Amino acid sequence: MPDTLFHKVWNAHAVRRLPSGQTQLFVGLHLIHEVTTPQAFDMLRQHGWRVAFPERTFATVDHIVPTTSQRRPFLDVMAEEMASSLERNCRDAGIPLWAEGSDNQGIVHVIGPELGLTQPGMTIACGDSHTSTHGALGAIAFGIGTSQVRDVLASQCLALDPLRVRRIEVNGQLGRGVFAKDVILTIIRRLGVQGGVGYAYEYGGSTVDAMSVDERMTVCNMSIEGGARIGYVNPDEKTYAFLRGRPFAPQGDAFDRAVAWWRQIASDRDASYDDRVSFDAATIEPTVTWGINPGQSVAVTEPIGAAPDDEALAFMGFRPGARVQGTRIDVAFIGSCTNGRLSDLEEAARVVRGHHVAKHVKALIVPGSQAVRRAAEARGLDAIFTDAGFEWRGAGCSMCLGMNPDKLEGQQISASSSNRNFKGRQGSPTGRTLLMSPAMVAAAAIAGEVVDVREMLDAVPA
Amino acid sequence: MSHQPSAISHVEGRGLPLRGADIDTDRIMPARFLVAVSFEGLERHLFEDDRRADATHPFNDPRYTGASILIVNANFGCGSSREHAPQGLVRAGFRAVIGESFSEIFQGNAAVLGLPCFATDHANVEGLQALVESTPGVTISADVASGAIAAGPLTMTASLPAALRDAFLSGQWNPTAMLLDRFDEVRAVADRLPYIRGF
Repeated sequence: MPDTLFHKVWNAHAVRRLPSGQTQLFVGLHLIHEVTTPQAFDMLRQHGWRVAFPERTFATVDHIVPTTSQRRPFLDVMAEEMASSLERNCRDAGIPLWAEGSDNQGIVHVIGPELGLTQPGMTIACGDSHTSTHGALGAIAFGIGTSQVRDVLASQCLALDPLRVRRIEVNGQLGRGVFAKDVILTIIRRLGVQGGVGYAYEYGGSTVDAMSVDERMTVCNMSIEGGARIGYVNPDEKTYAFLRGRPFAPQGDAFDRAVAWWRQIASDRDASYDDRVSFDAATIEPTVTWGINPGQSVAVTEPIGAAPDDEALAFMGFRPGARVQGTRIDVAFIGSCTNGRLSDLEEAARVVRGHHVAKHVKALIVPGSQAVRRAAEARGLDAIFTDAGFEWRGAGCSMCLGMNPDKLEGQQISASSSNRNFKGRQGSPTGRTLLMSPAMVAAAAIAGEVVDVREMLDAVPA
Repeated sequence: MSHQPSAISHVEGRGLPLRGADIDTDRIMPARFLVAVSFEGLERHLFEDDRRADATHPFNDPRYTGASILIVNANFGCGSSREHAPQGLVRAGFRAVIGESFSEIFQGNAAVLGLPCFATDHANVEGLQALVESTPGVTISADVASGAIAAGPLTMTASLPAALRDAFLSGQWNPTAMLLDRFDEVRAVADRLPYIRGF
């Protein structure tokens, strides 16, 4: 019977039906980091449980790492304690850890695919809601809390209810200056920040087919901002090409056998879905948020609606009917698990080349991983950015969230390539975030205010 | 936190009405308080930034001191998967949340801590919030099996996802022991997976 990737993967990993009625689901890959695990390891010790599958568990540090220097000990004593705690726990359990200073360190959702750990048909869990990112390679990836991290450490399983599957089709060609970030912001705007609760989102259609794996990661990453815990794209030739040769991908003949299995696990052409929606790529424009959740967005050329959320308007300092275009910014941040990969930096560099950051703007480029940083440097991107007045930083979550020294101050306004514009998200309780694509952030950094990146790209040879 | 869960069939206590849709976990527990290796003391930082910005925030209101049932609107707990948010609520003495809807991750994290999240419609939630605002001392009772909620003159029906409801009733809301119960079956599933067998 034709079926979806979601159901095929779920069924392949279902251990049993629990007495509660939930499914006991085996987790094929457990990614851990310093923030959501110390308490989980403590709980394990209290019960005398061991890590069941250390060989299916991998660790890095990302949230608390300073991006100016990864030198230990960290100045923040609690951050230092978190890093040491992760080191101790990984050592005791035999879990590989790519710590600060390691060649493979980086944001957990950037390094998983980069190392070939993330593969089609896997179930993946990580104590972070942006785990949905890994769905870009055709995995079913769950963001979980710390008690569930404990469960996965102890049993390599989760107790879960199945989800419905919504097929989201995007068809047609994206316009110049329109990126994967604009696609997902547009999807969330239309379906709502709660629209995906109870669903896994399957993204497809000619626009998604044409996207690189990096771009698909941007889309899947923000599924959770639309309420969907899981987002995925069926694996295809691009996925296989992306994985071939990566350190943890199958090698040699095993790779060909893997591809045969990955083909089978994809949704069948005539699979049925619980819901379907479609979008026309040609109608998607460079998009910016104006409010305090990622669904509160407009096309950059469009005014904020006449009767929007008063709380959001008051917090952000916008009037009803105002435009985000022209808003003076204080900070420009390019990075995060949403848009901190090499292709994101390349898009930003195309806009930046030959320009300079506006005098009043603090502009940061934070590669998503050490490998992204090295690759960007090999291409000379670091020089383009630093010549233009950007700071070129080390890998980490940085200013996406206020857990490390990179934070907004006071009511600063940030043009940000990250994923959340929640109140206080970027580290200042009154700081304000405008989400947009990396190219749009680069354009805003140069102009000193929010602009339509298409106007700048018109001056760049295609 | 209890390590040997017991059945939760009924929750009763005073309410705290918190109005607003899409209240995310960054607001419930700002990220800077996650820079720690334990959950201890998180109850002191619940809604810290919102409380500082607004002296009239319900979490600042002494009339609600000692409340154990939080009453919220739609999509409560969206955003980050940080368990620190429900940990803070449980450590502050909350034993149930009643709201229009919840983020899936928040609801799951709360369940594992023995904190049921009851969902009911907008009118019911508004009615309950208004009642508690006018009569903070009113006792709210919530029945896990039937979803019946009563407070003063109000009665209404709310729902819990069936599996979570049954888990609360049977005392199996903390699933680790169940997940470890038949570990041979876990190994068997792992051994069948092509990517674990090495293709």
